[in-house]
Amino acid sequence: MKRAEMRIMQHKVVLRVVSKFLIPFILLFGLYVQWHGDFGPGGGFQAGVIFAAAFILYALIFGVDKTRQAVPAWITRCGLAVGVFIYAGVGVATLFLGENFLNYNALAHDPIHGQHLGILLVELGVGVTVCCAMITIFIAFAGRGRK
Amino acid sequence: MMEFPGQLIYWIVVVMMMMGFYIVIAQGNFVKKIVGLNVFQVSVFLLYITMGKVNGGTAPILADGIEVFSNPLPHVLILTAIVVGVATTSLGLALVVRINEEYGTIEDDDILEQESDV
Amino acid sequence: MLVTAFAIIRIRNLFSVVILTGLFSLLAAAIYILMDAVDVAFTEAAVGAGVSTVLMLGTLALTTNDEKSTYKNRAVPAAILSIITGAMLIYGTLDMPNYGDAKAPIHQHVAPRYLNQSAQEIGLPNVVTSVLASYRSYDTLGETFVIFTAAMGVLAIIGRGRRRRKKENVEQEAKT
Repeated sequence: MKRAEMRIMQHKVVLRVVSKFLIPFILLFGLYVQWHGDFGPGGGFQAGVIFAAAFILYALIFGVDKTRQAVPAWITRCGLAVGVFIYAGVGVATLFLGENFLNYNALAHDPIHGQHLGILLVELGVGVTVCCAMITIFIAFAGRGRK
Repeated sequence: MMEFPGQLIYWIVVVMMMMGFYIVIAQGNFVKKIVGLNVFQVSVFLLYITMGKVNGGTAPILADGIEVFSNPLPHVLILTAIVVGVATTSLGLALVVRINEEYGTIEDDDILEQESDV
Repeated sequence: MLVTAFAIIRIRNLFSVVILTGLFSLLAAAIYILMDAVDVAFTEAAVGAGVSTVLMLGTLALTTNDEKSTYKNRAVPAAILSIITGAMLIYGTLDMPNYGDAKAPIHQHVAPRYLNQSAQEIGLPNVVTSVLASYRSYDTLGETFVIFTAAMGVLAIIGRGRRRRKKENVEQEAKT
């Protein structure tokens, strides 16, 4: 996106109003997919992408600078690492609790609860990483046009 | 469905795969090469998913009263592969952007010419 | 889908090509639903038809919109090579079980265990999630690291503010 295109985009009233209306619902749907992935279709990968799509839509309509105000660079970069850290951390935690790496049975007194908790945490890690990766990549592309 | 040979769907997938392969090796434009890689990739995914299908089966979400499920394993493999695919695609596109800044073109031949001039 | 793929080969305008790629992904997602892979279809629709199309359009905005040169000299050998490879692959599929056959080897080994035992061992209705995050969590950990690395790579290649420094480095190297 070049700056001239961005300026044109900012004048499209319909796009701005509709996207402002849609973005909260996209975010909500992303969260639903994230936490409901155990029971229906969905999970960390999809949720991360949908969540990132909301920010990408915002960046397309309102410009990269405004998106950067909402999500500063350090948040997405830390988020990238934090997601991987959550995933690997769950594995290390199970190691310390006396089980194999990433065997969630040890996370709670009951193996099934442990599995639930482990899957939830791992999916959270995946979702955070994917979401931050997509936002980072998109903003790297979009920010490139303006030197 | 009965008249067709059972492997027909694999043949269709193979034809698509080869279209992607052709784009990758025959086209000189880098964006188009990446598009070709994408086509290739999606056909490989389709090949996996077709192998996981069971006649009369449903999606692998456990529920009462359903006995036959499609094989969940290919779904898992492809699910992760798709997201990794978009990550690698974006890496390739980033390289294309850098090449364009360095050479001013994204055509294979033009870059070779510029290199041979130097 | 075949028509779309063919159009991608023929059309020279890169903008149309990118949009057609999005369409191709969306059709693939529809086919995944027909083959019971709802999770995969979900991902393909969000990723293939959504994010990657946007990224490609971003690339086009930064580069150029039209394909310039033609590659006549390369087309024939490439076509021959792909036809030969395709013929060999089709020959390979002749030994494969029929589409949808429940007795195929792929359905005999681990899949029944996942389907039968995961209700007791993990207790989640979505088998894809439990296989993804529990039985095969090593794989998923690896995939997460791949995504992490790819994002790092994109940042390293086209992250903001890095460009001038890199050029200076190149010039310095050229001098020495």
